Amino acid sequence: MRVLVLLVLLVSSPAIAQQPAPDQSQQPKQTDEFVPISQLPAQDQLPAAPLLVTAYAFVWVVLFAYVVSVGRRLTKVQHEVERLESDIAKRT
Amino acid sequence: MIRTAWLVLKKDLTVEVRSLEIAYTTLFFAVSCILFFAFALVKEGKAPEDGAAGILWIAIAFGGTLALGRTFERERQSETLRALLMAPAARPAIYVGKLLGIVALLAAAEVVLVPLVAFLFQAPLLSHPFWLAAVLLSGTIGFAAVGTLFSAMLVRARSRDVLLPVLLYPITVPVIIAGVRATAALLQPDVELALVRFWVALLIALDVVFVTLALWTFEPLMTD
Amino acid sequence: MPKWFVPLAAATALMFAASPFLIANAPYEATMGLVQKIFYYHLPSAWVFLLSAIVCGIASARFLFGGSPRQDRLAYAAAELTVLFGAIVLVTGPLWARKAWGVWWQWDVRLTSSLMGWMVAWAYLLVRKYGGPGSDKLAAGLALFGMANVPFVYISVNYWRTIHPATSVVPTLPVDMGVALWFAVACFLLLFVLLLRLRVYLEEQRARLDALYLSLDE
Repeated sequence: MRVLVLLVLLVSSPAIAQQPAPDQSQQPKQTDEFVPISQLPAQDQLPAAPLLVTAYAFVWVVLFAYVVSVGRRLTKVQHEVERLESDIAKRT
Repeated sequence: MIRTAWLVLKKDLTVEVRSLEIAYTTLFFAVSCILFFAFALVKEGKAPEDGAAGILWIAIAFGGTLALGRTFERERQSETLRALLMAPAARPAIYVGKLLGIVALLAAAEVVLVPLVAFLFQAPLLSHPFWLAAVLLSGTIGFAAVGTLFSAMLVRARSRDVLLPVLLYPITVPVIIAGVRATAALLQPDVELALVRFWVALLIALDVVFVTLALWTFEPLMTD
Repeated sequence: MPKWFVPLAAATALMFAASPFLIANAPYEATMGLVQKIFYYHLPSAWVFLLSAIVCGIASARFLFGGSPRQDRLAYAAAELTVLFGAIVLVTGPLWARKAWGVWWQWDVRLTSSLMGWMVAWAYLLVRKYGGPGSDKLAAGLALFGMANVPFVYISVNYWRTIHPATSVVPTLPVDMGVALWFAVACFLLLFVLLLRLRVYLEEQRARLDALYLSLDE
């Protein structure tokens, strides 16, 4: 079960990495001169891709870690239950 | 019901006045808090902007937590809380009585703390005494409303000293923020009374919500 | 594992696998560009965060006034999910804000009240774990106060001047953005149901274990 979840996560991650090129016809105003990116204020120079990838990666990792945590707790409790039930069955 | 609340309040005040233990220790602790912040934050003899408002409310919050813990510890040691709950008194009335006791204690502490903060930080805290009293009263009631409920609930719990701040501080964040903003607005050279009125209105709304919730849940929470 | 788990998990996983394609095909936002695409996971997780807090509050109220242990189990599970989805909101938000607003964090009403609600959920878990006997009722009382915070978090951004976008952004979304968003909302809601049921199942097994221990003592 966990393997299935992991496989699905692995398969879907390349899809996030491929982005379509921005549509030029939807630009709000016509560019009449080229401005190199180094001339923009520092805030606009931040590359967005690392932030985006980190955000999505965080979501996947946290959700996955939570499912694993619940699964682990569940197997522990279920083993304990089985052990107790067999003990009780042995006594009666 | 009002009579029960009044009786509970009178009992608490009588017990407290005999030794004044909680009053003195809370006051000393709150004063130490203020001095600590003064030492930590004052640079070249000047406090940061809005520093006086924030420091005053932090001292009230920390001192209040201490007072709440001590008050209910006293109840736990003499098992008076159980006796109170077994008495044929309406549970919400007991809550109101204890709440008024805590508010009275904190108000007494604030009478000392406000001039102290005004003195240490050269803040004109006493320029609009009526509005300052309204801010302090509504904020203290909001803080104490939640605090009394949680302290009473925690009397029989484990790790109660640590759990009271854990439970209390997140919930009372809006009260503290509103209190600090209102006090800071009162300290401006030209006070915008409309802004102060807004924050006081918010504080009163928070008080209503918290006291209503507390009255509603006090009974099931105190029953085993 | 209960019977419903595998089909529900498979459906959720497939939908999540499909969501990046929809998000990639959504148009870019004019001023924020690529980084705005965090929105498609940030907003649904925020809604699930608030929903979870409400579920916890209602279950806590029913537990306090009705005493049903089922409601208590539900409240515990919902509190854990509030912490989980709150963490997602509080991390994806600042990552977006770093580029969009230039700062990681701002003390505006929406962010402050969300952080506060998240801390209340943490406090719930701490009380349940370390409070000893009677901590279930204590935590239930706390959850009620936490639920009172939820409407405030939602409307705060419409009544105060904040840097966070207002709620009017969602109804006025262009269609192609809307498709990606509502699909992601469906994903997250499905995930919420899945995780909630799974976590409640864990609590039920724990209760079964406690009952077994008790019967052993007799």
